[in-house]
Amino acid sequence: MNYFNESLTSVHSKLVNGDFSAKELTQQTLANIKSVDGDINAFLTVAEKDAVADADQIDQKGIDKDNPLSGIPVAIKDNMLTKGLKTTAASKILENFTPMFDATAVEKLKQLGTVTLGKTNMDEFAMGGSTENSAFKITHNPWDTTKVPGGSSGGSAAAVASGEVLAALGSDTGGSIRQPASFNGVVGMKPTYGRVSRWGLIAFGSSLDQIGPITRNVEDNATLLNAIAGHDKHDLTSSIKEVPDFTSALNKGVKGMRIGIPTEFMSQGLDDDVKQTVLDTAEQFKKLGATVEEVSLPHTKYGVAAYYIISSSEASSNLQRFDGIRYGRRAADVKNLEDLYVKSRSEGFGDEVKRRIMLGTFSLSAGFYDAYFKKAAQVRTLMNNDFAKVFKDFDLILAPTAPTPAYGIGEDVSDPMTMYMNDVLTLPVNLAGLPGMSIPAGFSNGLPVGVQLIGRPYDELTVYQAGNAFEQNTDFNKQTPKMGGTN
Amino acid sequence: MNFQTTIGLEVHVELKTNSKIFSPSPVEFGDTPNANTNVIDWGYPGVLPTTNKGVVHDGIMAGLALHAQIEPNPHFDRKNYFYPDNPKAYQITQSETPIAHDGWVEIEVDGQKKKIGIAEMHIEEDAGKNTHESEHSFVDLNRQGTPLIEIVSKPDIASADEAYAYLEQLRQIVQFTGISDVKMEEGSMRVDTNISIRPVGQKEFGTKVEMKNINSFNYVRKSLEYEEQRQQRVIMSGGVIQQETRRFDETTGKTVLMRVKEGSDDYRYFPEPDLPVLTISQDWIDQINQELPEPPAKRREHYVNELGITDYDAMVITQTKEMSDFYDQMIKAGADAKLAANYLQGDVNAYMNDNQVELQDTKITPEHLAMMIKLISDGTISSKMAKKVFKAITKGDDPKAFVEEKGMVQLSDPAKLQPIVDDVVSANPQSVEDFHNGKDRAIGFLVGQIMKQTHGKANPQVVNKMLKESMSK
Repeated sequence: MNYFNESLTSVHSKLVNGDFSAKELTQQTLANIKSVDGDINAFLTVAEKDAVADADQIDQKGIDKDNPLSGIPVAIKDNMLTKGLKTTAASKILENFTPMFDATAVEKLKQLGTVTLGKTNMDEFAMGGSTENSAFKITHNPWDTTKVPGGSSGGSAAAVASGEVLAALGSDTGGSIRQPASFNGVVGMKPTYGRVSRWGLIAFGSSLDQIGPITRNVEDNATLLNAIAGHDKHDLTSSIKEVPDFTSALNKGVKGMRIGIPTEFMSQGLDDDVKQTVLDTAEQFKKLGATVEEVSLPHTKYGVAAYYIISSSEASSNLQRFDGIRYGRRAADVKNLEDLYVKSRSEGFGDEVKRRIMLGTFSLSAGFYDAYFKKAAQVRTLMNNDFAKVFKDFDLILAPTAPTPAYGIGEDVSDPMTMYMNDVLTLPVNLAGLPGMSIPAGFSNGLPVGVQLIGRPYDELTVYQAGNAFEQNTDFNKQTPKMGGTN
Repeated sequence: MNFQTTIGLEVHVELKTNSKIFSPSPVEFGDTPNANTNVIDWGYPGVLPTTNKGVVHDGIMAGLALHAQIEPNPHFDRKNYFYPDNPKAYQITQSETPIAHDGWVEIEVDGQKKKIGIAEMHIEEDAGKNTHESEHSFVDLNRQGTPLIEIVSKPDIASADEAYAYLEQLRQIVQFTGISDVKMEEGSMRVDTNISIRPVGQKEFGTKVEMKNINSFNYVRKSLEYEEQRQQRVIMSGGVIQQETRRFDETTGKTVLMRVKEGSDDYRYFPEPDLPVLTISQDWIDQINQELPEPPAKRREHYVNELGITDYDAMVITQTKEMSDFYDQMIKAGADAKLAANYLQGDVNAYMNDNQVELQDTKITPEHLAMMIKLISDGTISSKMAKKVFKAITKGDDPKAFVEEKGMVQLSDPAKLQPIVDDVVSANPQSVEDFHNGKDRAIGFLVGQIMKQTHGKANPQVVNKMLKESMSK
């Protein structure tokens, strides 16, 4: 079996009806992964034994008919801590790291009766946009295995797109959920900063990181966010705001919704097909009764610089704990303490991670702090103000998710600047802490193209409402990749 | 050439909260290494700090006690450096927005009062401890995350004596707030000093030398005195002061070079993204102001002006809030102010030193001690007898019951004493004659004889008076 024509509700109702047990479902899913993942490489670790045992336990307790996640297998990005299950952040420095506790998001899912199937591949420490920066394997795009799946949550997106799993968790610091969702033709939501606890998420850029769901459709996505959202006493940056039922946004249409398209997002080296997809999407929204107008986010051009300075600065500090002393990899044959640090970190981190550590360290250095980190923080405030201004008159922003569809493996990785520019459309949302979701909205030469819906802070509801309305009137998310003759 | 000295002090004070500043681990010392730690203290991947509100409370309290301005929206910053006792490789501290700033402490040196400015005061976490044994190094993270406040003086201190007075005042002020034990010997108070000299009249400060981890106020004073002299000698002999860190050698009384500073360390401070900016409302500040006990200086004023004890006595009694509270309770229980002060700094202090205990950990109560002093004042017992009574008090015994039980009541009744006085006078004619010849010592001998006969119970004052009367007849 695969999950191509399934949704959470349909699978869950089959579990409730007893068409199959949670254990059988998990076994089927594992078998599916076994047959497909050889081509895709979405998973770093598959928790075969534990998953079956967990599913068995859920069967013993009985499937909860009122809880759509009861008995559902999910995949978790490998930068979220999973108790007793290896968690590497796709880095050699954490090659053999098995956490003592679950990340809050993982724990919340488990409490609702999901089964953790395994950990998905990613760019090392979530730094990258193609999953090629993984220390362990290259993940392939299910739509064309010569293409990248995007990143950094490339494994999670590819696992959902390939029908291996129904739902996965990703994390998004500058686009790491939305861009792979776009490349893989799936739905990826980065919630408002503070909506989901970061406890147990291996930090990259602490003021930007946010965990979110990757699914085949908007309804599933809302269901998953319902499960993981909410204040956590372990994370003081998690909001105490009440969490609405995100599925309440479904089936409401977009009549009267005011949607803005930022001019600046439509001009920066955008692929023609991507541009056309956004314009077509706008037309669709108009047809459904929304108004669509051009808006301006004038400071967008400073976004890439500000983002790379802030995220790398925070990362340079966050990654200092990986020093070879308490956990993770320790270099052998060291002469003294400094040697231990230098060797462990030189051997343990990949090139991209080292590049960002250097960039961040430089940006925070005495004499450069004001010109770089502080200036970037000021730009961030200006970008925030840009969004706030637009949201006075508009309910939602529509934009392309990525400048291009998925590109070839090995194509971009040699030039970090090109790579960084790919994030230009997603990272402003992180800098402003807004909710942003990529939904499938078109194709270019057989590769999926996503568009991004951006909402006001804590207004995931409007984002889901629009995404759901679009989905109900189009069939982009119902198309599936042709893989190894399985479809 | 005449020089003037500029000294700045950085004082770290360990707060005695129940749990750590950013994790729920207990703050306890002397336990098995790493017993009081959790994933946050280890810098485990994926963990986040949470702010202990009690530490913010104590920070505000210290700020108010030091007459400082409280920052309404302080945030934390990260100070980045690698060391095994610092598992995150950054310390969460405050750099941009210290919780309090611009305060002062009043000192008195040689009868001259002077206000020493506090530039800023911030809250931060302590690091763990490394120990080294032959081939191995060990890391104990029990201390990691212990809350600290760092108090940075303005460069207002002009001599080693002023530095000493400042530290003593600072210690007392903080001790009175109850937020810390402030004990140098236990590491709950630590002092780093900066000292520079310049020719009188020169505007720019001289190059400063830093001294770290000096472990008593006395050594701070001695090291500053030494350093002042050393810097003068270097300059007078045509040398230049280097920016360097020195340590104080207690055996030689000299300061020794540790390392020369080349530029300043780059800690790459930036705002801590894992913790929200704090909001300190005026209401909260007002509430803490209400909780703030009367400062030691105020109490000393009261003791000297209203109770009539000496400045010195008042100073000794206000060493700690516990001592001062104890004294207040003794006065309330009716003890003579001067005697109460004497006993506190005499017998009580000696007892605390001999047994290495704090006043509050002894069985001595202010009521018992006051009662004993009243027994002395009204002549019931002699000060000699009081020695025994004091011993009983330290065991928690009631002095009145003890005195009665042991029949220690002083013999003051002239009717009962008269026959003994008569006996002794008639048995010692030589002494009586000596007395008449103006030899004062003779009366002492006679008193001694009476004490002997009464087994020390006779009231010496009464006996003295009676003897004089008897011999003058």
